[in-house]
Amino acid sequence: MTLLAVSNLGKAYRTYSSEWKRIANWFFVPAKPHHEHWVLRHISFAIEPGEAIGIVGQNGAGKSTLLKMITGTLQPTEGSVQVNGRIAAILELGMGFNPELTGRQNVYHAAGLMGFNSDQIDAVIDDVEAFAEIGEYFDESVRTYSSGMQMRVAFSVATAFRPDILIVDEALSVGDSYFQHKSFARIKAFQEQGTTLIIVSHDRGSIQALCDRAILLDGGTVIKDGAPEEVMDFYNAIVADKENATVEVVALDNGATQTRSGSRKATIESVSLLDATGAPVEFVGVGDEVTLCIKGKSHEALPEVVVGYLIKDRLGQSIFGTNTHHLNCQSTNLAAGQTFTYKFTFPANLGIGSYSVAVALHASETHIVENFEWVDLALVFNVVNIAEQTFVGLSWMPPTVEIDV
Amino acid sequence: MYGMLKGLWEYRSFIVTSIRNEFIARFARSKLGGLWMIIHPLSQVAIYALILSNVLAAKLPGIDNKYAYALYLMAGILAWNLFSEIVSRCLNLFIEQGNIMKKMRFPRIALPVIVVGSCLLNNLLLFVAVLVVFAALGQMPNVEMFWLLPLTVVVTALAVGLGLVLGVINVFVRDVGQVVPIIMQVWFWFTPIVYSANIIPQHLQGMMNFNPMYSIVTAYHDVLVYQVSPKLEEVAITVAVTCVLLVLGLFMFRRAAPEMVDSL
Repeated sequence: MTLLAVSNLGKAYRTYSSEWKRIANWFFVPAKPHHEHWVLRHISFAIEPGEAIGIVGQNGAGKSTLLKMITGTLQPTEGSVQVNGRIAAILELGMGFNPELTGRQNVYHAAGLMGFNSDQIDAVIDDVEAFAEIGEYFDESVRTYSSGMQMRVAFSVATAFRPDILIVDEALSVGDSYFQHKSFARIKAFQEQGTTLIIVSHDRGSIQALCDRAILLDGGTVIKDGAPEEVMDFYNAIVADKENATVEVVALDNGATQTRSGSRKATIESVSLLDATGAPVEFVGVGDEVTLCIKGKSHEALPEVVVGYLIKDRLGQSIFGTNTHHLNCQSTNLAAGQTFTYKFTFPANLGIGSYSVAVALHASETHIVENFEWVDLALVFNVVNIAEQTFVGLSWMPPTVEIDV
Repeated sequence: MYGMLKGLWEYRSFIVTSIRNEFIARFARSKLGGLWMIIHPLSQVAIYALILSNVLAAKLPGIDNKYAYALYLMAGILAWNLFSEIVSRCLNLFIEQGNIMKKMRFPRIALPVIVVGSCLLNNLLLFVAVLVVFAALGQMPNVEMFWLLPLTVVVTALAVGLGLVLGVINVFVRDVGQVVPIIMQVWFWFTPIVYSANIIPQHLQGMMNFNPMYSIVTAYHDVLVYQVSPKLEEVAITVAVTCVLLVLGLFMFRRAAPEMVDSL
């Protein structure tokens, strides 16, 4: 059974030339709104139990409005949201906490607001107290809490009962880093027990680490719905240089999709990975020295071209990225039609697995200002362990061992 | 309607803790805590009694208690206080709770219910205090006081109906929030609370029939001061007005609920 079905959802904010016309409307007196502003329109998607969905989009794309309609605080203007299960949202932690009451009293209050009765809360109050780990403060008034402590209690109560759908809005940064790990682990555990996650974030890392699907909103509609990597690449492309960019998605032979974007004032001609002897490689041994060779061409006279690359793991998480601006060796004053070749040599101190390289040409420090060309999945290579000891993880950090017995 | 009641039932423990929390929060860090809720109206009574008793005391027929005027004041204020507290809290209720309405999903009707619960609790405290003062002034409790139960229901329903209508409109037209306190002040003086109804000139007496609080306050006077049963035929009109307002209030609340969140 579909857990959440959103069909043709739309939200319009209506303004009337006089508020009395709005009031007349409630009494079935037809009054035309002065102006209708559609924040979201024609949104349709379905979510199955156990999925983890990331919702991405720029500010003002309509993410919060969508979430509010899913949780039910905002009523849609058209279309419908069908939910078969309980939704919990970690949107605004600590909503409705009364500073004069103790943490414990506030937990009862907040859980009551979520619709639980006192017997149900009695059953979990000890867990909430234990999870928040704020010790004696739990029975002190919230007025005396630090903001981090308040967040801890708020997160603990928001997640005291496992929901069918958990909405997380940038809230993965709860409290200190210890508690962040702890809350992240709880979210992961919920997911394993079958909770569907809906995560709103700008952070590519958390979307790709947690989600198996992503939905990209732009201008109030869904413009992409698919695998997180692909959607995030597309998102990255539309964020960059909005004015004169073209975004192109190419299907590669292996079924993956590659996103190319930019103004094309300079283009990437070829990208290759070479071993120490200068021969192209696809399999790289742990710790081997490799050279990333990027050939580009300028199509008009450009005062400055920065070449950058980003190595990502198979989940699309950034492993390492830099550019010639940071390395202090960008090309300046290129003539139209001039070609250039950059070679970056580094040891492949990476864990076993498949990695991709995204390459970009842009005008200054970041690709946001002026993006000439950005190519995701320009190159894919695999790291294999041939010569080194067995290890786990994404990076190769060989230790020396000393033993005192 | 059924959905509203079901929602309220499911959120009953939230409603109860909210009322209790409001009460606790009032006690927190104040020595007299909840007593302030009684001290305010009683001091109001004391002021009026001190200043106006010489002017008005002689004109209260039918009671021979020499503190008659003070009793009269307290009875009227007991009714008015409940009415004006509910109306003024409902007036700003949705604006004050706007944040939580935008972020959490819960039956919205719980908000006015919490207000009513906490106002009734205050009124009960005030009633107990009034009984104590009455006893001190020589007026003992009597069986007619059971009339206060249905009367309280009527005042509450009237206030909630009016409060919901005004509270909903106030979300969209904020002037309402500024105007209503002024109207309430005028209304207070147009209701025989501080003075007795018989000082109103004959040709203006008819106007009082348009004031639904008039019959209520009179009924409170009958029960508490004169110790007789209220005149039900007069209260009946107020009950009818109350029903209309309550239905109107709930209707507007339901119709406006989706747009209310947009405007907060």
